[in-house]
Amino acid sequence: MSNTKIVYEKSKALEDVHLSYCPGCTHGVIHKLVAESLVELDILDRAVGISSVGCSALNYDFFTCDMQQAAHGRAPAVATGIKRFKPDSIVFTYQGDGDLGSIGIAEAIHAAHRGENMTIVFVNNAIYGMTGGQMAPTTLIGQKTTTSPEGRTEAQAGLPLRIAELMATIPGATYIERVSVHDPKHVMKAKKALKKAFEIQKNKQGFSLIEFISTCPVNWGMTPKKAVDWAVDNMIPYFPLGVYKDKLAGENK
Amino acid sequence: MGKVLMKGNEAMALAAIKGGCDAFFGYPITPQNELPEYLSKHMQANGRVFVQSESEVAAINMVYGAAGAGARVLTSSSSPGIALKQEGITYIAGAELPAVIINVMRGGPGLGGIQPSQGDYKQITRGGGNGDYYLYSLAPESLQEAVDLIKESFEIADYYRNPVMIAVDGLIGQMMEPVDFDHEVKKWDLKPKDWVADGDRKSHPKNIINSLYLDPTDLENHNLKLKKKYDDMKANHQRYEMINMENAEIAIVAFGSTSRIARTAIQLLKEQGVNCGILRPITIYPFPEKAFKELPKEVKDLVVVEMNTGQMIDDVKIATMGTHNIHFYGRVGGIVPEAEEIVDAVLKARGESNE
Ligand SMILES: Cc1ncc(C[n+]2csc(CCOP(=O)(O)OP(=O)(O)O)c2C)c(N)n1
Ligand code: SF4
Repeated sequence: MSNTKIVYEKSKALEDVHLSYCPGCTHGVIHKLVAESLVELDILDRAVGISSVGCSALNYDFFTCDMQQAAHGRAPAVATGIKRFKPDSIVFTYQGDGDLGSIGIAEAIHAAHRGENMTIVFVNNAIYGMTGGQMAPTTLIGQKTTTSPEGRTEAQAGLPLRIAELMATIPGATYIERVSVHDPKHVMKAKKALKKAFEIQKNKQGFSLIEFISTCPVNWGMTPKKAVDWAVDNMIPYFPLGVYKDKLAGENK
Repeated sequence: MGKVLMKGNEAMALAAIKGGCDAFFGYPITPQNELPEYLSKHMQANGRVFVQSESEVAAINMVYGAAGAGARVLTSSSSPGIALKQEGITYIAGAELPAVIINVMRGGPGLGGIQPSQGDYKQITRGGGNGDYYLYSLAPESLQEAVDLIKESFEIADYYRNPVMIAVDGLIGQMMEPVDFDHEVKKWDLKPKDWVADGDRKSHPKNIINSLYLDPTDLENHNLKLKKKYDDMKANHQRYEMINMENAEIAIVAFGSTSRIARTAIQLLKEQGVNCGILRPITIYPFPEKAFKELPKEVKDLVVVEMNTGQMIDDVKIATMGTHNIHFYGRVGGIVPEAEEIVDAVLKARGESNE
């Protein structure tokens, strides 16, 4: 026993509860990365997370920091209210692609535009998970959802929205990156990106958004393994990974 | 500091600062623009928060966040903007957060007009957004009263952990009047805000600000808890004024700017030998039902006067339960009734019941 040492344990930023996500859903991996980043940067005891409306609506019960639950799409506005009043807090929102990319696009753009010193964790799973698999602004052409039963067409619903690219055009934004969590190598890369985003906030250097390519095996109608493959084969080509904006390039080592 | 001559919107802004407002979030709309304009200068100068948001929807959700972090927060707007804020207002009530909302009402529906109106009466007094909740709603008739009530409104909001609505109209927003900002206002018995989610975990355990209750039993309990607050408001904090009621033979029921015009009307009526009182609701939620019990026995006719098509009539009917004849006179579209029109309405009501 004396030789036993703990090499891995659950982050102390996560409560000891069952997460409400379906088996194989990558929301869970992203939670782990958020939690570990808060702990490793030593900002957990001044963090406020904003739960949005979507499958992650209940994550105020999952993180151990202070949490506020926001109306659908309004998390960046709620975060603005907190951050302006408590500038030394660390504020992050956790939002899906329906929440941020559709109903809340104005709040996301304007939080970036004002250069709010906050971090957005943006989860793109190309579908509305919570409400049972309707089309999202990020749903791919040809992708079948409950409101695009024959597959999304450009004529009917337009082309899928690329949020990272869009947000990178906002002058006020500091750091925008798109990452994926489909394999361990990419999970490590994603964590690096997220830590960088939180570090920027810690240094009071402004607005950051990390877009995560995520899966929804249940509403995609796939096994978890197939869902991951589908994300790699179909989502990443349309939503290329990488840094879309780094205002501090050269400044930050 | 004595009395200062100020424009309504600016006076209301300064009253908020005097009331300890920490943060303001809002979006421009006529006829309340001087209020945020004043705050944009004076909040930041005092180290407080001022943000011009991208929309009223965003503004009220910023209010939610800052209130959840423990701030005394204000937002102001006018009717179409208040309609947009309903989403956030119901969340604020649901999450039991304190906030003050000023509605400088203008005519509607739709884009309506920019002249004074009381057309949001129903929306204000019925909650306004989805679900079972109410706003403690104050309808001042003068700048002095608006200033005093705004100062106190932050206390009331903190006490109930519920939004407070200040319902005025463009007339109050735009008029100039001398005001004393140092009036003592009621201090409420406030508990420390140990429920805030501001990230400061060195000073409190984890807190959650939330209005989601997926379990029906939990939500029912939550609804009943909220109802207790509204019951307490009704039982203990109705406010009203009885004007010239002692020897009255008939009475006007009017709030806000309209009751001011009614004050002139009852002078004119007196000259004609008619003794008319005014029952003036100061809280429009809770509606001052108690006041109706205090009406002199001689008063059988009530003339409701409003700048809308009669939205308060239902409340007067509920308060009187068929004991009085209810008459109505209103102007809409942004037209403010003249005192003479109110005189005619009272004489007509009196004539009808004497027939
Ligand atoms: C104002 C409002 N409109 C609609 C809904 C219903 N609704 C709940 S979750 C959701 C979509 C969430 O999708 P997304 O943001 O992609 O998150 P996911 O569930 O996929 O994680 C919708 C439309 C709501 N709760 N509130
Ligand atoms: S519905 Fe989809 S996004 Fe939601 S938890 Fe299940 S797999 Fe995840």
